[in-house]
Amino acid sequence: MKVVRHSFDGVIVGAGGAGLRAAIEAAPHMKLAVITKLYPTRSHTGAAQGGMSAALANVEEDNWNWHAFDTVKGSDYLADQPAVDILCKEAIDSVVELEHWGLPFSRLENGKIAQRRFGGHTVKEGEAPAFRACYAADRTGHMILQTLYQKCVSMGVTFFDEFQVLDIKIDDGVCKGVIAYEVATGDIHIFEARAVTFATGGFGKIYKVSSNAHSLTGDGPGILYQKGIPLEDMEFYQFHPTGIYRLGILLSEAARGEGGILRNKDGERFMERYAPSIKDLAPRDMVSRAIATEISEGNGAGPNNDFVYLDLTHLGAETIKQKLPDITDFVRTYVKIEPIDEPIPVQPTAHYAMGGIPTDVEARVLSDANGTILPGVYSAGESACVSVHGANRLGTNSLLDIVVFGKRAGQSMVDYVSSTKPMSLSDNAAEDLSNKINKLMSKEHSLEFSVPRIREELQDSMEENAKIFRTEDSLGKQTEILADLRDRYQNITISDKGKVFNTELLEAIELEYLLDMSDTTVASALHRKESRGAHSRVDHVERDDKNWLKHSFAFKNGNSVKLDYKDVELGNYEPKERKY
Amino acid sequence: MDVKVNILRYNPETDRKGHWEEYILEADPDERILDLLHKVKWFDDGSLAFRRSCAHGVCGSDAMIVNGENMLACQVLVKEVSTPIKIEPIRGLPVIKDLVVNMDSFFDSYKKVMPFLVNDDEPGERERLQSPEDRDRFEDTTKCILCAACTTSCPVFWTADTYVGPAAIVNAHRFVFDSRDNASKQRLEILQDIDGAFRCRTAFNCTTACPRGIQVTKAIEDVKRETLTIN
Repeated sequence: MKVVRHSFDGVIVGAGGAGLRAAIEAAPHMKLAVITKLYPTRSHTGAAQGGMSAALANVEEDNWNWHAFDTVKGSDYLADQPAVDILCKEAIDSVVELEHWGLPFSRLENGKIAQRRFGGHTVKEGEAPAFRACYAADRTGHMILQTLYQKCVSMGVTFFDEFQVLDIKIDDGVCKGVIAYEVATGDIHIFEARAVTFATGGFGKIYKVSSNAHSLTGDGPGILYQKGIPLEDMEFYQFHPTGIYRLGILLSEAARGEGGILRNKDGERFMERYAPSIKDLAPRDMVSRAIATEISEGNGAGPNNDFVYLDLTHLGAETIKQKLPDITDFVRTYVKIEPIDEPIPVQPTAHYAMGGIPTDVEARVLSDANGTILPGVYSAGESACVSVHGANRLGTNSLLDIVVFGKRAGQSMVDYVSSTKPMSLSDNAAEDLSNKINKLMSKEHSLEFSVPRIREELQDSMEENAKIFRTEDSLGKQTEILADLRDRYQNITISDKGKVFNTELLEAIELEYLLDMSDTTVASALHRKESRGAHSRVDHVERDDKNWLKHSFAFKNGNSVKLDYKDVELGNYEPKERKY
Repeated sequence: MDVKVNILRYNPETDRKGHWEEYILEADPDERILDLLHKVKWFDDGSLAFRRSCAHGVCGSDAMIVNGENMLACQVLVKEVSTPIKIEPIRGLPVIKDLVVNMDSFFDSYKKVMPFLVNDDEPGERERLQSPEDRDRFEDTTKCILCAACTTSCPVFWTADTYVGPAAIVNAHRFVFDSRDNASKQRLEILQDIDGAFRCRTAFNCTTACPRGIQVTKAIEDVKRETLTIN
């Protein structure tokens, strides 16, 4: 295997919104490389649709404290409130900065950035839905990704496209670099770097019905977890209420922000019963639970009563064309119905990981529940858990998270690099990865131990046992299934023994990350004996602030998971019953 | 239903040139062409190489030729194409393996047209203002996902790979018509070069090929016309 060496001060792994924003901050101050397994513009930030919240007050009175209140309440009081304050306060400058860099926001008649309503965002701490989400039609994420990439191009940032980072080198608790696999050639690349940011996105591919891209396999969290770094709050996984039936393709909450209504098989606007004040604009965890409840009570539509309708027919052709062009095109393309005239079949779809790599508000990675910092390693965006989203993220806050904490990751890299000396890695730094690859390449292929088969069983069983509603039984059963899949994974085989574009090899390595993500999700969910945000235990239906106002930390312990806990940082808002 | 699929295969480690292979697949009419490729890769031949990520037409990874036309494999359903389904890599860029082409020259052309906002005026603490009408002038070209379906459908590009191609011009258009940008003249000077916009012979292949529905040929014409104003 050919090994190529590179020497940088800093490396950013992943080129979605968080990685690119970190790069813009860090590139002027160090020798920096951005490494992505895709091309930057293929990153899943580009699939985000509805908006990015900031209290600009362009449409009506607003302030960032109300945004913070909504974020904390939306999180079911699990978010760390000092971090939420940073998110909501820095939101305003972050949006303005993106505009200055060229982001083509939709505009109001007076030329200011347009803002729309979104789930869980209110004025005056719950009084009425707020116009807070800044948007560019229903392709806000696409515009953010393009704008950040354009900025990087203008700055001459160094990219390694279609290089997949598969290992990090940490010696004596200090980061020294990463090891990557070049997809086009099969060569191994050693990247010396004393500052490394993981901005690798989420891991929605642990579920069968998902809004996530095929590439979202938890690579960053997986690499660190295998090195003994814990993963925080993994039991909190968000299911977006409106995925296209069976396909899981996202239909933005902006559809309801613009007035869309959810209806059951009888045409009833059922959200009136679940959230009387803000109805269809309740936070995602509540709406997804409401849909799942309607379906389980026989009120779902279709021959199997297994979906509900998203009704946009009363919005009018012009609003749909101006404000929701992309998502209505998805419906025309994949369902072959006209959303101007007919309601759309939808079901909850696996969407967003609130949990991930634990960090402080400077995006520094923490190696335990006591806040010990892992020098030189940073994370931002969906791969990280700050925690600003707690047990349930509000819509639009992820696009905000990537720019606010992406920038902070870049700043932290600059601080660290300027106060430390270069690290060196020896040629045998690539040995662990070479051995892993050689093992996969040399084993004879057997269908029984093929990647797709194990992955499909993983996704089907996670969908069945660890989705919206969970019980001790379902999670216990899933623990056993995962142990069996893990055993079979030890014998995994691939058929492609080539060097060039061997994506079967990469899928095999990614499958281990998916198993890691599933193990930690299920173990954390099994231990948390309460219901909070997106984590709903049928056998423990109440939220229990006395025992569970804390973050979980899941550590790798051989092939099982060990848990530790850390208290939530409160602030201005005392936990209250969460009603809308 | 059973579907016959022919894929143009090429493995640089074992093949001297490309060859067609036939697969008979059990498929649902509502499945995507991308789903068929996954069936081959996951349950028949793991070495089949293609790019894909989002699987719903927004990341731009899986542009390829299906039955002779450029499209995204994730955006077209089995029931919309005739069988046997013929799948081959996009044209005019070197093939790396199977359906994967080398995108370097495509992104180099994109970078040539200064695809970023240039405005050194002090913007102040709040957003620059832009009327909805001014914003609308470049709405269509903001949709580009850099999938290369347009550029690799262009007969001029096939014969002259120095031509910047439709995608680069679309991305220049996005800034040339943005009221906040101050570098239109520089961009247009680049595009009036021998390998710029005037190489376009209005074949309209690019407009047909664009999976985002961008009026690509119209955007190129807009840029050509604007070029005349700077001289």
